[in-house]
Amino acid sequence: MTSLRYAEALNRALREEMTRDPMVWLFGEDIATYGGVFKVTKDLLGEFGPGRVRDTPISEQTLTAMAVTAAMAGTRPVLEIMYADFLPLSIDALVNQAGVFDYIWGGQVSIPMVLRTQGGGGAGAGAQHSKSLDAFVAHIPGLKVVAPATPADAYGLLKAAIRDPNPVIVLEHKLLYNLRGEVPEDGGLIEIGRARTAREGRDVSIFATSRMVHLSLEAAEKLAAEGIEAEVIDLRSLRPLDVGAIVASVAKTHHAVVVNEGWRFCGYGAELSATIMEQAFDDLDAPVERVGAMDVAIPYSEPLEKTVLPDVEAIMAAVRRARR
Amino acid sequence: MPDPSLANAPSIEEHLEIFRKMVVVRRLEEALREMHRQGKTRGPIHCCDGQEAVGVAATAMLRPTDLLTSTHRGHANYVGKGLSTRAIVAEIFGRATGCCGGRAGHMLVADIDHGLIGGNAIVGAGIPAATGMAAAIQLKKLDDVAMCIFGDGAAQTGICHEAMNIAALWALPVVFVLEHNAYGLTVAAEKQSSIETLSVRAAGYGMPGVTIDGNDAVVVYRTIADAVARARRGEGPSLVECRTYRMTGFSTSDMGGYQSADEMAAWADKDPIRRTWDVLAAEVGAARLDALTAEAEAEVRDAFETALSDPFPVFEPHPASNPHSVALS
Ligand SMILES: Cc1ncc(C[n+]2csc(CCOP(=O)(O)OP(=O)(O)O)c2C)c(N)n1
Ligand SMILES: [Mg+2]
Repeated sequence: MTSLRYAEALNRALREEMTRDPMVWLFGEDIATYGGVFKVTKDLLGEFGPGRVRDTPISEQTLTAMAVTAAMAGTRPVLEIMYADFLPLSIDALVNQAGVFDYIWGGQVSIPMVLRTQGGGGAGAGAQHSKSLDAFVAHIPGLKVVAPATPADAYGLLKAAIRDPNPVIVLEHKLLYNLRGEVPEDGGLIEIGRARTAREGRDVSIFATSRMVHLSLEAAEKLAAEGIEAEVIDLRSLRPLDVGAIVASVAKTHHAVVVNEGWRFCGYGAELSATIMEQAFDDLDAPVERVGAMDVAIPYSEPLEKTVLPDVEAIMAAVRRARR
Repeated sequence: MPDPSLANAPSIEEHLEIFRKMVVVRRLEEALREMHRQGKTRGPIHCCDGQEAVGVAATAMLRPTDLLTSTHRGHANYVGKGLSTRAIVAEIFGRATGCCGGRAGHMLVADIDHGLIGGNAIVGAGIPAATGMAAAIQLKKLDDVAMCIFGDGAAQTGICHEAMNIAALWALPVVFVLEHNAYGLTVAAEKQSSIETLSVRAAGYGMPGVTIDGNDAVVVYRTIADAVARARRGEGPSLVECRTYRMTGFSTSDMGGYQSADEMAAWADKDPIRRTWDVLAAEVGAARLDALTAEAEAEVRDAFETALSDPFPVFEPHPASNPHSVALS
């Protein structure tokens, strides 16, 4: 085990996979010379050269379409899209290309591409650099979508994503890049599709993603003082979803709160809520509570942004409603 | 395009106003960087030091009803289009008195009364945005124009190509002002395109295109004025590539290490404010310019003083601008 920042854990995963497999290559805006605006690809240009680590023009739509076909044609591209807010530019290539051809062409092609991006608010970056668009990509059949919350998961899930024969979207969070944590020395792959119990509890299950896992843990500690023991499940994989882990936790606590930083309306939390209703209805003692961003563009000003984004208090309030 | 040195010169009053506004922008950004050093700003701030001649001179001949789209690096455009410095500063500090009530922040500033709609932080988005506005102007049979100011990085986006094609096809009254500062964020222009002079692309769309010294305010003014006049006459779009250089980092979060010291020093010698000073001093004398500089500095100082003591906004659901919002709580 070594202690690494989340960004360093991703960097190490990339380095190890590039060393292991010469068909792994990276491209994206500002990733080579500068090492990425969040420094996730730091030093990799020097180590692997300009053929395998490429700066690109600002061309997300084309870059994503190229990742799809470069993967189809036998390489393992890892594309960085600087902000999740730009995912809409990539969506056509994802929904009309990446998710389509493996199935429609009867397995003649596979698309082992990875698209890394980072989203989330709280940094005062304004309406076009603060969103969580998890639901946009998690909606697409044929894709896998992971959202690591810890350095160990960032490392293990990115490695698994690169080795996966399917297109995988890795959703990172800008406020997690400096988070420190223990990361296993080598190997340490994490199977995509498995949730992680971040905290055990008997009274209520909080199903959270990405940075919301940490806020949920904070909420759980505070709720413990009120005598409520919350279980916090870090879903890690948004698609495929670990329905078994969700059902097992609800069977234990009989109360569920879902927390995702994206907009509530048609958001990822809506899918979680529906899944719990469909799969664990008999175990529920109360309706599922849903926490997410308010239904507006993310405003810049700090008090406005704070109001709009989900926080510890909102999670605590949802737990209390669920327990009422 | 006719020789830009022959026509459309700014009047001396216009020229002095361009100078004053450039100083406002420079002082505004210096103050922002100082505030950033003190940890008093929030989020990244993108400065345009060294590029003021483009943002200010290219907008100097526009009417309030002419529509401008800008970028994430729009301070010079905001000042150029006549917004109040105080409203700009208040917006940058997220105050209720900002021109968007603190919701927009420094990258998305808009002010419909001044025809700025608006800053945009999706690179390239301002290009089709201005093109659509030009379609509306054409449909309404107005003689206003739409203008977009966009970067060399934005010039490589797919929507740039699509917008220019349609603009020329429909002879839309739009002026494409390419503010070429030699970099995207950190990626040098030569790593973004295999051609050096981007204005040659205009020929491929069937519109005039020219590359000029973007650090010469008079050349910028004259060339753009010509393109604006052409658009007003209903003769369609033009592309003007203004060569300039970003003297400070891409934003306050720039960690550096990708620009050479020689390159930066060479451009420091071409500072557009100093060059404008030299030209104007010969005509009106240094005292007049000193007075204008003092005026600009006072305006910025006042703007910071008032804006920083202005109140923060309180969140309210905004049914007028967000009619379909659901589940606001
Ligand atoms: C669609 C999109 N992709 C990437 C970015 C991130 N980004 C912000 S500014 C920038 C560089 C823009 O370069 P240019 O158009 O030359 O403008 P400059 O910053 O030089 O003024 C990039 C890549 C973005 N905001 N939007
Ligand atoms: Mg540029």
